[in-house]
Amino acid sequence: MDRIKSLFFIVVVGCCVLCLGGCDLPILNPKGIIALQERNIILVALGLMMVVAIPTFIMIFVFVRRYRESNKDAKYDPSFTHCTAVEVVCWGIPLIIVTVLGIITWVTSHQLDPYRQLDSDIKPITVEVVALDWKWLFIYPEESIATVNFVQFPVNVPVNFKVTADAPMNSFWIPQLSGQIYAMAGMQTKLHIMATSEGDYRGSGASYSGAGFSGMKFVARVSSRSDYNQWVSQVKATKNVLTGGEYINLIKPSFNEPVKYYGIVRDKLYDDIIMKFMMPGVDIIKNHSDEMDMSHKGSM
Amino acid sequence: MFGKLTLDVIPHEPIILGAGLFMGMCVLIIVLALFYFKRWKWLWNEWLTTVDAKKIGIMYLILALIMLLRGFSDAVLMRSHLMLSVGDNMGYLPPFHYDQIFTAHGVIMIFFMAMPFMFGLMNLVVPLQIGARDVAFPFLNSFSFWLTAAGAILVNVSLVIGEFARTGWLAYPPLSELAFSPGVGVDYYIWSLQISGLGTLLAGINFIVTILKMRCPGMTLMKMPIFTWSVLGSMILVAIAFPVLTVTLGMLGLDRYMDMHFFTSDFGGNQMMYVNLIWAWGHPEVYILVLPAFGIFSEVVATFSKKALFGYTTMVWALGVITILSFIVWLHHFFTMGAGANVNAFFGITTMIISVPTGVKIFNWLFTMYRGRITFSVPMLWTIGFLYTFVIGGMTGVLMSVPAADFELHNSLFLIAHFHNTIIGGVVFGYLAGLTYWFPKIFGFKLNPKLGKATFWCWLIGFYVAFLPVYILGFMGMTRRLSHYDAAPGWHPLLIVAAIGTLIVAIGILLTVIDIVTSIINRNKNLDVTGDPWNGRTLEWSIPSPPPLYNFAFTPHVDSLDQFWEEKQRKLKGNLDNNTHKYQDIHMPKNTGVGFVMAGFIFIIGFAMIWHIWWLAIVGGVGTLASLIYRAFDYETDYYLKAEVIEKTEAKYLSRKQQ
Repeated sequence: MDRIKSLFFIVVVGCCVLCLGGCDLPILNPKGIIALQERNIILVALGLMMVVAIPTFIMIFVFVRRYRESNKDAKYDPSFTHCTAVEVVCWGIPLIIVTVLGIITWVTSHQLDPYRQLDSDIKPITVEVVALDWKWLFIYPEESIATVNFVQFPVNVPVNFKVTADAPMNSFWIPQLSGQIYAMAGMQTKLHIMATSEGDYRGSGASYSGAGFSGMKFVARVSSRSDYNQWVSQVKATKNVLTGGEYINLIKPSFNEPVKYYGIVRDKLYDDIIMKFMMPGVDIIKNHSDEMDMSHKGSM
Repeated sequence: MFGKLTLDVIPHEPIILGAGLFMGMCVLIIVLALFYFKRWKWLWNEWLTTVDAKKIGIMYLILALIMLLRGFSDAVLMRSHLMLSVGDNMGYLPPFHYDQIFTAHGVIMIFFMAMPFMFGLMNLVVPLQIGARDVAFPFLNSFSFWLTAAGAILVNVSLVIGEFARTGWLAYPPLSELAFSPGVGVDYYIWSLQISGLGTLLAGINFIVTILKMRCPGMTLMKMPIFTWSVLGSMILVAIAFPVLTVTLGMLGLDRYMDMHFFTSDFGGNQMMYVNLIWAWGHPEVYILVLPAFGIFSEVVATFSKKALFGYTTMVWALGVITILSFIVWLHHFFTMGAGANVNAFFGITTMIISVPTGVKIFNWLFTMYRGRITFSVPMLWTIGFLYTFVIGGMTGVLMSVPAADFELHNSLFLIAHFHNTIIGGVVFGYLAGLTYWFPKIFGFKLNPKLGKATFWCWLIGFYVAFLPVYILGFMGMTRRLSHYDAAPGWHPLLIVAAIGTLIVAIGILLTVIDIVTSIINRNKNLDVTGDPWNGRTLEWSIPSPPPLYNFAFTPHVDSLDQFWEEKQRKLKGNLDNNTHKYQDIHMPKNTGVGFVMAGFIFIIGFAMIWHIWWLAIVGGVGTLASLIYRAFDYETDYYLKAEVIEKTEAKYLSRKQQ
């Protein structure tokens, strides 16, 4: 029995050490201010719970060992079935821990609300994100460029993601930069992040959305401001235009879509992707500027 | 004529075809064996038409074990596929098949393994614990079982005829809507869950009434065994939560069949409403499963520490608090939907509060062992394994209840490891403990303790080897439901370790099967003639094993919590030997095939609706109604078991005991 037990512990501990030693754990190794705070909360919460868990582990072991039947030295007292002091402690200690954790929860839920604008003097960059079957479309409204399965932004600059879907529900996630937010058709969610060091980070969909889901991954490249500007002008120089018609082609289901760049994007494409679910008559193919002209003519 | 059903719907893939052929072979062998041994009549009279809770319980257990094998094969397929499907290697399962497997794994394990396992143990134990002769509504009980079985069969039919859902086990729209899932998979999902869900709801009501109205004289609520309390809590949850599931799936069905727009992306549908509704059922569901497991651990820990449960009153209150709180935490399943800080924080905190009564229960089990005399029988090993495992699972659960932490852990493999940690460590360990604990009571002979211990160690070690790497993979940012991944993030070695863990659990499951089979063969060596093999505390141990048809020859009277233990302590003999009364005729329900037939017609409705064979659905509907009317006008539903028969049976038990 004892031999099996010790073998078991060796296996478990060995596995843990092997796994933890050999791996790089992105979530515990954050590269953005939001992810860093979220990592800290994970560690604080785990630490707080250890306050109860470790004594419990020890108590289980000690009680089970001490009160085994073969140990006749241990006291046997079948009448010990109620003790107010013990019960007060049983309810009290978890209650205290939960109160502390509850306060942390309340404060951090507000601090790290993904909708909250980050405090920074630097003007943020807005990126519109659309989950498609099965790729990610990123639109930069200020630059009027778009990319597929690749996103780049400068380091130490707040980035405002506006997220929607033109496909089944998904979840937009760059683990080393921040937590995830759902992408849903006809709706917009928001995510505010800021990266603190340059590099290529793995991003992906986190919520299963169909057969091509495994291929819904992208690279999030964090670069210096000048590299970013250079990249933007490179993208602008590409001949690809994301017209309404091209968008209709793009949303056809496809697997493991390669990276694509669009130098020009149809006006208000992102808004219309959302609005087409909300009211009839939104026509993606029709260009917005044409529509404006029409209405002007009509009023004249 | 046959709706969407054509010969093309039979899958051509070798793996699916092989599994289908294997299933067909098994059925064929059983059918041939029934002919060969001329057991059709026996099957019909003794099992298919039975309204005896004990036999229905055994049938639930058989269903649960078969479905465990099916659900676990899915797990083996997934783990072995993920072990291979890295980088340029695409593994051996295309997404089309892999996505059905993970959906089926979840659905089968929750609805057709865990739920039947729970109802099996409840049917076997609750009437005995409260000193009742049967459940409140024996016919309804048989009908409930056959509805569950019909749902389970429907899920397995999808393997050979058509396909199963490719949506994940909760079928979130809009993915589960016609626009993205035009096939019959989601329809199989909807109808199998609607049919089995109806069975669950009826069984839930049945047990609430049984526990509230059929306790023996003297058994007040606060003298009720703790397992029965946990079942009461669980069944109240069933009665409140399952209608939500029925309505939600009903609305999804209307979207798919009648072109409505409850949950579609367009025309005012609201996918977030589905997610809320399904979890308003889904979160109570996990407590429905785990509360009876808590009850089992309480019984086991008291019996094998030779000490009454510490803090019984506290335990009951903790159960009550968990029951109520489980309805106000559902939003923690989707903190990442953008609900806003106040809403997220509220549901995060309510979730944490649940850990308080749960923690109290852990401490109470600990203090039951304190100053006890612990024997390490197989059920007790499961309990100790549970205590360690569940504390870890609870801790990772509380961690994810902090919304800001959940943003990084949600939908990752950390979440997968967490709920397998609580469901395997809590529910499965609990039910397996219950199975070994009550097995001698149910069948009259014990399971082999050596094999039982080996099973336990395989499960425990296998679980940790399989799921510790999965926790770590969560921290590495691996998301759930991936059928293929790149080599770069370094997930591959851990997935190999996880696959090895699955193999160890597989050995454990194999040992369980061997244990049951060899114990049946060698049953004469392990007979339990006393009816009290573990030195038990509650009423079920006061009667012979296996219990006679009527359970108790005399209705017991109860004046303390651990009635049977107290009686043994007072050196009084159990009610059984108390022959001062005269035996009386006992009022019993008659067997009836209506439950079986009616569930069969409902199965036909489900199958016909899935394939849009409207005329067949009407046939099924008419058949269901006709059986119902037949039952309503059947006045000969009961009989009296004669006192002489009881006297003879009891004398036989007595002589066996004295040998």
